[in-house]
Amino acid sequence: MTGHANAGRPNQLLRNLHSKIASIPMILTAVVIFLGGTLWTVFYSFTNSKLLPRLSFVGLDQYERLWSAPRWLMSIQNLAIYGVFSLIFSLVIGFLLAALMDQKIRFENTFRTIFLYPFALSFIVTGLVWQWVLNPEFGVQSVIRSLGWTSFTFDPLYNPSIVIYGILIAALWQGTGLVMCLMLAGLRGIDEDIWKASRVDGIPMWKTYLFIIIPMMRAVFITTLVIIASGIVRVYDLVVAQTSGGPGIASEVPAKYVYDYMFQAQNLGQGFAASTMMLITVAIIIVPWAYLEFGGRKRG
Amino acid sequence: MKLRLLAAALAATVVLPFGIANAADLEVTHWWTSGGEAAAVAELAKAFDATGNHWVDGAIAGAGSTARPIMVSRITGGDPMGATQFNHGRQAEELVQAGLMRDLTDIATKEKWKDIVRPSSLLDSCTIDGKIYCAPVNIHSWQWLWLSNAAFKQAGIEVPKNWDEFVAAAPALEKAGIIPLAVGGQPWQATGAFDVLMVAIAGKDVFQKVFGDKDAEVAAGPEIAKVFKAAEDARRMSKGSNVQDWNQATNLVITGKAGGQIMGDWAQGEFQVAGQKAGTDYTCLPGLGVNEIISTGGDAFYFPVLKDEEKSKAQEVLASTLLNPVTQVAFNLKKGSLPVRGDVDLAAANDCMKKGLDILAKGNVIQGTDQLMSADSQKQKEDLFSEFFASSMTPEDAQKRFAEIIASAD
Repeated sequence: MTGHANAGRPNQLLRNLHSKIASIPMILTAVVIFLGGTLWTVFYSFTNSKLLPRLSFVGLDQYERLWSAPRWLMSIQNLAIYGVFSLIFSLVIGFLLAALMDQKIRFENTFRTIFLYPFALSFIVTGLVWQWVLNPEFGVQSVIRSLGWTSFTFDPLYNPSIVIYGILIAALWQGTGLVMCLMLAGLRGIDEDIWKASRVDGIPMWKTYLFIIIPMMRAVFITTLVIIASGIVRVYDLVVAQTSGGPGIASEVPAKYVYDYMFQAQNLGQGFAASTMMLITVAIIIVPWAYLEFGGRKRG
Repeated sequence: MKLRLLAAALAATVVLPFGIANAADLEVTHWWTSGGEAAAVAELAKAFDATGNHWVDGAIAGAGSTARPIMVSRITGGDPMGATQFNHGRQAEELVQAGLMRDLTDIATKEKWKDIVRPSSLLDSCTIDGKIYCAPVNIHSWQWLWLSNAAFKQAGIEVPKNWDEFVAAAPALEKAGIIPLAVGGQPWQATGAFDVLMVAIAGKDVFQKVFGDKDAEVAAGPEIAKVFKAAEDARRMSKGSNVQDWNQATNLVITGKAGGQIMGDWAQGEFQVAGQKAGTDYTCLPGLGVNEIISTGGDAFYFPVLKDEEKSKAQEVLASTLLNPVTQVAFNLKKGSLPVRGDVDLAAANDCMKKGLDILAKGNVIQGTDQLMSADSQKQKEDLFSEFFASSMTPEDAQKRFAEIIASAD
């Protein structure tokens, strides 16, 4: 409306006014809820808020306590193991599956559906299903034992030193289908002519994939990476459903620490400190990447 | 503005009909969902409905650790229920201080709660700055060892009479393919079992010094070292009980798959639902048969401040119904807990409850850890003991960490 009145010289601020007005709610949401909530959380992590937030500052006490809590250290360690393996395996398995799918096989649709299907299940359902599959008394172990190998032992969820891998298996089962689909979309976006050219030049197929196709799929890889990484940091429901952090504290993760201390221990300050640390972890990964990705381009 | 009015009008049309038709529907939230507990809470509902009001059951499945965050966020988030269960003590302390809970002093003086509630520490836990904020409904004690008579018969040995005999009987039970001690995976079970061992082995004074006075030196001392040794025994005996919930662990005892369980008297409700009889099918040892002392924690109902006057009136009715002698007996018999007033007739009580009443009458009581420690310190303790019971941590290391927690506890 005001845009028409100012018809003389197009004002930079008033260009595309409609779309700007339309995006105001989203901008407000982002600023107030996401940014505001984040700042509020960081701010209150320096207080000794218990059940209700209160402004009595204790400096870095919450952080000192956090980093001396064995459960938090265990959570960080678990997240590191889970994160590294989940990243590597979902990318490798997802890409391999996609590459195999791309060989113009029969029943591709059927296979694609089968592989993607687990993604339609929530983490809670996935967790429960795998809790049963991995239960020594009626899961994999008992099936194999009933086949004759009576000494076979496979009880990851009841063994503190390997429990996190039991969770990893469930996460991969659930998530690789999506990675496969993203990769497949990327592969389909590659021009047929590139394949023809590499075939004419006599380059073996694996080399074509590794040195030509994958570099060309950079954008797809980055999208996938962001999706997987965000899934790793917020892993919570899967753990709750599968082990609820046990045995003992062997499969605790940071998000669960945050929840438990905020709500069960009624210690908001401690929970806020833990969630601030999670934010910093994410920032440490995202900032250098964003700098390389966006900062570099401007200069170049 | 218009939108707001519209929303308000819409909300009003939704809220009003309920407000008028059933003047006193009161939603009551609690975490009593196991078989025995549900039977007990039905008694409360029946008694409240008989007053012409209506009990809207708001059971939240999972243990208290799942339910409490939901209750707290509903109250702090401005959507309070009519009444809610908490363990009396410090769980709702801050909610009271923030003025979100209703002051019950008037009704308490009118009905003379001070004179009838026994032990008086129960009402003290409800009292903040001289005002009463909750209505205690039962006394639950943690200090019980439940033994399956069938399991010991199968192993060909006598049912033990105390903790030491039980430890000595463990190898025989294992030989018969029975798990000696059932411990569920929920963290509060491990920490609860430890507190029970502490009272039984180190005694009342040490318990009070550690959890009441937060004396870290005592916590690091030789008395507690003995308790950790006993906890190590318990850990060894509990190997193989791969269950999560406490009632699943109790079920192992009921079915004779496990020899015994250290669990509060709420376990008794499960034995009752399964049709078992104290003395013949199962045996109970208060204070693990060593030190006959019970703690007097328990459940209480808190009443959030409501704007609706009808509902506020119904809250008063509910508060007095909860402490009514008839309700107290009906509820506590089903729940397996002890009534909060000493003047009721519990002729129908079974052997175990009579033992409990006896100890209560003698005054051999301590305060529960929920009354002595903040939720925060309790959680840290839970973390420690759930790790201890699931790993091969040495008792010495665990004790060192325990002393650190006590030193910083509040």
